[in-house]
Amino acid sequence: MFQEVIHTVKSPYRDDMHILGYRFGRGSKAACIVGPTRGNEIQQLYICSQLIKELSRIEKTGAILNNNEILVIPTLNQFSINVEKRFWAMDKTDINRMFPGDMEGETTEQIAANVFEAVKGFSYGIQFISFHTPGEFIPHVRMMETGFQSVSLANLFGLPYVLTKKAHPFDKGTLNYNWQMNGTNAFSVYSPETATIDEKSARQAVSAVLRFLTRMGIIKYNCHSGYIASIVEEESLMSIRTDVSGIYRPLRHPGDEVKFGEILAEVVDPIEGEVISQIIAPSDGIIFFAHSKPLVIQNCIVYKLIRRLHE
Amino acid sequence: MIKTVVSVGLPVLETMHIKKNRLTPKSPKASEKRFCVITGIHGDELEGQYICYELIRRIEEKIELLSGTVDVYPCVNPLGMESITRRVPTFDLDMNRSFPGDLEGDMSEHAAAKIVDDIAGADFCLDLHASNIFLREIPQVRLLKEHQEKLMKYAKLLNTEFVWVHPSPTIQPASLYHSLNSIGVPTLAVEMGVGMRITKQFGDQIIEGIFALMKELGIWEGEVIQPKDPIISTAKDRVTLLHANASGIFLPSVEHWKGIKKGDEVGKIVNSLTGTIEQTITAPNDGMVFTLREYPVVYGGSLIARILEGEA
Ligand SMILES: [Zn+2]
Repeated sequence: MFQEVIHTVKSPYRDDMHILGYRFGRGSKAACIVGPTRGNEIQQLYICSQLIKELSRIEKTGAILNNNEILVIPTLNQFSINVEKRFWAMDKTDINRMFPGDMEGETTEQIAANVFEAVKGFSYGIQFISFHTPGEFIPHVRMMETGFQSVSLANLFGLPYVLTKKAHPFDKGTLNYNWQMNGTNAFSVYSPETATIDEKSARQAVSAVLRFLTRMGIIKYNCHSGYIASIVEEESLMSIRTDVSGIYRPLRHPGDEVKFGEILAEVVDPIEGEVISQIIAPSDGIIFFAHSKPLVIQNCIVYKLIRRLHE
Repeated sequence: MIKTVVSVGLPVLETMHIKKNRLTPKSPKASEKRFCVITGIHGDELEGQYICYELIRRIEEKIELLSGTVDVYPCVNPLGMESITRRVPTFDLDMNRSFPGDLEGDMSEHAAAKIVDDIAGADFCLDLHASNIFLREIPQVRLLKEHQEKLMKYAKLLNTEFVWVHPSPTIQPASLYHSLNSIGVPTLAVEMGVGMRITKQFGDQIIEGIFALMKELGIWEGEVIQPKDPIISTAKDRVTLLHANASGIFLPSVEHWKGIKKGDEVGKIVNSLTGTIEQTITAPNDGMVFTLREYPVVYGGSLIARILEGEA
């Protein structure tokens, strides 16, 4: 393992922010793994740390196969993590909307440009990431439909779901999109949690990456073969909204199978305590996404359902 | 007449309202034109507050000169304004990236859709912005190249020294400007001043322009000024961006909105611990500083100034 500095942001009074890269193996650029770009992606940071630990072990036992180099960048944004801000603390920009970046541009454009310089050219790119709307997901691999995406490769992570989504204009600044446009097979791995650590799903994410690297002939690692993923298009997910604001009481969670007419959640009057609304399942299906904050505002999406799918 | 454009219930004992003030002539006719002024999409931009107040005050003072409908939307992100938040609080989204919105969507999307619905059919709309807390801007009209032919004649009436035809974030797809123009409501965006402050002088300048525009639209019958003849920048290379190469505290050496000669000092980035200069920033060409860094703390990459090339 070699540690190197990919990019440094100098600061007047804080420590300089060094974006670190960890290289394993040597030879052709096989796989690159990128951790949090946002300050609340603590689960993603944790997953990266566990992956670095595993890869160090794997390298020591000689299990990184010949002529394969793996680069892990565990965080692009410790400045925001350390002050508990979600976006770049100074100007609130989102680093994962700044790719491919600009070497002469604003601070976060420079971060994106320097990181992109380091991560481009790999055969496979994997990013641990959170969704822009806070909430909990079923663990899944997400790919943007750029014309270059490969769903069959995404299946090799062995996670239960692969989600494909159409690229919107605002997706064009993401690392995933730019990786794909630059010839890297790019995958975003979503874990249920973001701001809190969930050991079980962190282990699942680490295993999924190691399984993928094994199947691509980059490392040798014995692991369970995982799931054969269900492929879901984002547009086919059914959004379920709340009709009132109040205190939110979820009854069902991501991964749960639900039946038509079942009560999924309740909204409680924040002062008088009575249930003022019930969220009813409009279809059979499996919960893919769930709102997880204790308060809810009317009309916001509280669940996304994979319709007519059974466990 | 005060009207509520949209209301959204919040979790605890509060409803968010977005309101407008509709000013109409004393004796209305059926065929009047409608002009909309909107501000506060970004909760930290307050320059438009003075303009809305002054516009309503001056119209009501001489209401007999009003010959069309004026709708004033002074605060379309009230939760942002009163929590010193640029974006829509709790959703942490830029409201100017959520247009045309979705009536069935969440608070921010729903509000955006209601606003677009309310303005739809108007004869003209003006979206007032006030930069952000980092940069001070001279009053300037912003529009896209594709709308230049249709909108430039109105842009020139707004009494600014500068019209920037440039795909800046204020007017990009999913902005109010973009959504309204695409449904046939001619819309211009104005940027001026700096976030969290009111620069009365800029407000007064734009107010005169608004009356000149209203006169052209046939909405105002009073006397108006002869608007300034603006410099129009369409070619990207006429605007030079100066970014910081060092981190530290920026101390400007020039005044905003003043001419500058090639080689003149724009400012210094200093280290307040060691008492040393980290970088001296100089002008690469003659021109006018139309954007100047206001917030002193900078990192490498922070925008320091924009210079419009020309004679100093
Ligand atoms: Zn603005």
